Amino acid sequence: MHDAPRPVPFRGGGFRPQRLRGVGVAVFVVLILLIEWGTRAGWISSLTLPRPSDVVATLVQLWKSGLFFQHVTPSLTRLAVGSAMGVLAGVAVGVMIGLFSLARAGLVPLVAALFPIPKIALLPLFVIWFGIDEGSKYALIALGTFTPTVVATFGAVDNVDRTLVRMGQSFGLRWWSIVRKIVLPGALPGILSGLRISLSIGIILLVAAEMLGAQYGIGAYILEAGSLYDLERLFAGVVILSSLGVLVSWLIAQLEKRLLIWRS
Amino acid sequence: MAHPTILGAGMDLKIEQLSHSYDTVNVLSDISLQVPSGQIMCVVGPSGCGKSTLLRMIGGLERPSAGQVLQSGDVPPDCLNPLTFVFQDFALLPWRSVAGNIELVLEDHPLDGAARAARVADVLARTNLSDFAKALPRQLSGGMKQRVAIARAMAVHPAVMLMDEPLSALDAQTRELLIDDLVGLWMRAPFTAVYVTHNLAEAVRLGHQIVVLSRRPGRVREVMHLSTPLDQRSMADPGLQAAQERLWALMRDEALAADKELAHA
Repeated sequence: MHDAPRPVPFRGGGFRPQRLRGVGVAVFVVLILLIEWGTRAGWISSLTLPRPSDVVATLVQLWKSGLFFQHVTPSLTRLAVGSAMGVLAGVAVGVMIGLFSLARAGLVPLVAALFPIPKIALLPLFVIWFGIDEGSKYALIALGTFTPTVVATFGAVDNVDRTLVRMGQSFGLRWWSIVRKIVLPGALPGILSGLRISLSIGIILLVAAEMLGAQYGIGAYILEAGSLYDLERLFAGVVILSSLGVLVSWLIAQLEKRLLIWRS
Repeated sequence: MAHPTILGAGMDLKIEQLSHSYDTVNVLSDISLQVPSGQIMCVVGPSGCGKSTLLRMIGGLERPSAGQVLQSGDVPPDCLNPLTFVFQDFALLPWRSVAGNIELVLEDHPLDGAARAARVADVLARTNLSDFAKALPRQLSGGMKQRVAIARAMAVHPAVMLMDEPLSALDAQTRELLIDDLVGLWMRAPFTAVYVTHNLAEAVRLGHQIVVLSRRPGRVREVMHLSTPLDQRSMADPGLQAAQERLWALMRDEALAADKELAHA
């Protein structure tokens, strides 16, 4: 007894993330519209959430009054200087740990001990060490970005294809050439993905530092708004921070696109 | 363009009573061999018999527990790296172009820009890669990648090429093409090579002498000499088929026993 021929059922789909444009934006828009509707209709009280349109108005006013840059410029400077110091030192130490057994044996436990310390707890100490001004803020951000960069970097160096290093040695390349032309480019993808985490931590610490003692800066702005329970300004500050996060992530994506075209 | 006489200007290799063990496992036992210049020596043996280890020792990438590898004779005057490897997995830097990968091995040597460019152009032409100089490795097929690796090895004008299963990562058709390429390269400028493979057909096509190693600990079971010129060896040649069958007869029991061995934990 034969059945009629029927097509083989397809069962190979899924498990393959696809690039969908616009969905991310749509989620934001829907969420904001929902809140706007809720605050206008009254089922979200004005003590719970501010009206999104009011937050936008606050941002526009902030921009017009010139206060926007008065707050954002020092914040960006602190983030840039602090994370540049932390990331550069972190990459250097991470590469050393990756290359030298002595550095690995000596520094990995130290980094493991530093990593979980909430750096904000050290701010009073940093104020004494580096001064109440910018120095302590730089130090806080630098230390916060340093440890994740070290961990990401030495992991990346460890993951460099050993056969490529072998190849370099078999052709008699100098040690420094192997490091510069094989190990560092090979570790770059891992270092860049570590950078995403480091810089996000940098932004968090930036706000923390500014909340604990700064006249200007996004953190100071948010703290002031919070103590006055001025929800519109509080959320305007939060929007600026989120945008900063998105901007940083976009910059790293651009960097990856340029530096890692060789990846398949 | 006058080809510099690459390769095989007269360096002989001699392997003397070489033994090696990792911890308690004996990998190689009392290997003595001679690699005359201008010839290809193929090393075959069951998997895990230590043939790749032997090659790394010949090239100075690993130290044997006992015995030594001696080099004698002159290295060609323009040779930059006497003992040069070609790896099974190509070992190309993915972030460098084809030409960049070849330049890599010249950059640490005192060559002026023109000499370096001439060497790169020369080896690219000889491996028919001139059109792909700017391509990145990810754009190339496996066979092309191995051609680049062979070009890179030739760029340093080695005295001996150490080839570690260079065709094992390629499919059968590509392998045939590359065997023809290697034969062509050797006919135009005979080079000295130690060629490790587990593929007996490759061994009888390319080897002037074929060394059969036993299973672990690897010992020399037999050294077979083939006198047919490389360019006259075809798959249909009855003499070569007989040789291949003989090699298989030698290896069969070893391979069978090696297959049943537990991996050393």
